[in-house]
Amino acid sequence: MNFEALLTPETFSLYLDGLWMTIKLLLACVFAGFLFSVPLAVSRNSRIWIIGKTVWAFTYVVRGTPLLLQMYLIYYGLSQFETVRNSFAWTALSEPMFCAVAALTINTVGYTTEIFAGAIRSLPYGEIEAANAYGMSRWTNLRRIILPSALRTSLPTYSNEVIMMLHATSLVSTITLLDLTGAANRIYSTYYLPFEAFMLAAVVYMMLTYLLVRCFRYAEWRYLAHQRPQEVK
Amino acid sequence: MFQGYAGHILRGFATTLEIALLSLFIATLIGLVCALMATSENRFLREFTRIYAVVIRGIPDLLLMLMLFYGGQIAINNFLEWLDLSMQLELNQFTAGVITLGFIYGAYFMETFRGALLAVPRGQVEAGRAFGMTTFKVNTRILFPQMVRFALPGFTNNWLVLSKATALVSVIGLQDVMYRAKEAGAGSRQPFTWLLFAGLLYLLITSISLYLLRRVERKYSAGVRYGSHV
Repeated sequence: MNFEALLTPETFSLYLDGLWMTIKLLLACVFAGFLFSVPLAVSRNSRIWIIGKTVWAFTYVVRGTPLLLQMYLIYYGLSQFETVRNSFAWTALSEPMFCAVAALTINTVGYTTEIFAGAIRSLPYGEIEAANAYGMSRWTNLRRIILPSALRTSLPTYSNEVIMMLHATSLVSTITLLDLTGAANRIYSTYYLPFEAFMLAAVVYMMLTYLLVRCFRYAEWRYLAHQRPQEVK
Repeated sequence: MFQGYAGHILRGFATTLEIALLSLFIATLIGLVCALMATSENRFLREFTRIYAVVIRGIPDLLLMLMLFYGGQIAINNFLEWLDLSMQLELNQFTAGVITLGFIYGAYFMETFRGALLAVPRGQVEAGRAFGMTTFKVNTRILFPQMVRFALPGFTNNWLVLSKATALVSVIGLQDVMYRAKEAGAGSRQPFTWLLFAGLLYLLITSISLYLLRRVERKYSAGVRYGSHV
């Protein structure tokens, strides 16, 4: 093991840039993914059969294909069409950063929608009935009863999904972006120290994972307080 | 033209299936052994499996694969040199891919199997012991057959994730579906078409596995009565 060779200002700044890129990607796709998933999860449980089935088909396809493929489809695939290349969207679609965020978002929306939809489906029916009995409209019911309750109960599963997304961001290094994995790859090829270069990145990933786990554990403690074991006084 | 590229990708499909099934086998084996270790009375073994799970779940698959493929070869050869053996071991992409995937998903299978082992009523194992069965016999005749039902949902999930994770081996240059679809796309200048074709192949794996595993689940749930909540 020869870690000393890697302890230079250049590698440090490269790792730091990579870390920043990873964090940016994660924040962007988790934020966008959440925004899309909530309405989709509600429509997944729609009373209108065709709406629910359409959302199901979307999540089935997204969950049935690898993220790498989705990323390639957007980054390499879309250039096949003349109309896309001539349209104004091309300025965004020729950017690897945009394609990466788009692919990651689509992927996480597929999984998160199912998580939220499952939570909505398994709500105790009495809660919804009680809200109806109070004369709440469907919108109020959704806003005050269904969503707060469903989002809380899906916290543990959702935290897993966010950690998976942190790991999924490493795939953007395959479409030329320099994230933490990309930085490690570049450092490996400069110094030819594969174990050391990737090991340092792995340690950073583990710290990030730990940080996320802590944050979600706090969120669970706070928002699932009613499920905490009660102290006997 | 069409047949040329489709055949090219389909040959990659065979490689993908091989990798997926082989690493599934390795992961199941690692998962079973580690689950037994995790539920054993030995504190050292329990700690070991805990660290294994934490490390694996903290690092992205791609990074682990790159580390093992580029670093593993050097490490093995250094080790052989240290042993004063004058042989060189060549770690090709296929072996590196299968070992990495098996090693990574072993941790996930361990978690699934651990939960399933704990779900089997304790009295069943004690009854087996009381009949004078050895630990091995208790495991193979009583624990494992009953554990299957509890492990199946998690197993299905892990397998579906694993089969898609095989796409990562294209990054280290193994000619699987992904690699060949990208190649075909570049060659025919129709990347979207061929990547979509590859996507359909992955969907095929998912759909068939879901169908088959649902049937297996029904078989192992024979004799289970569900409550009146349905």
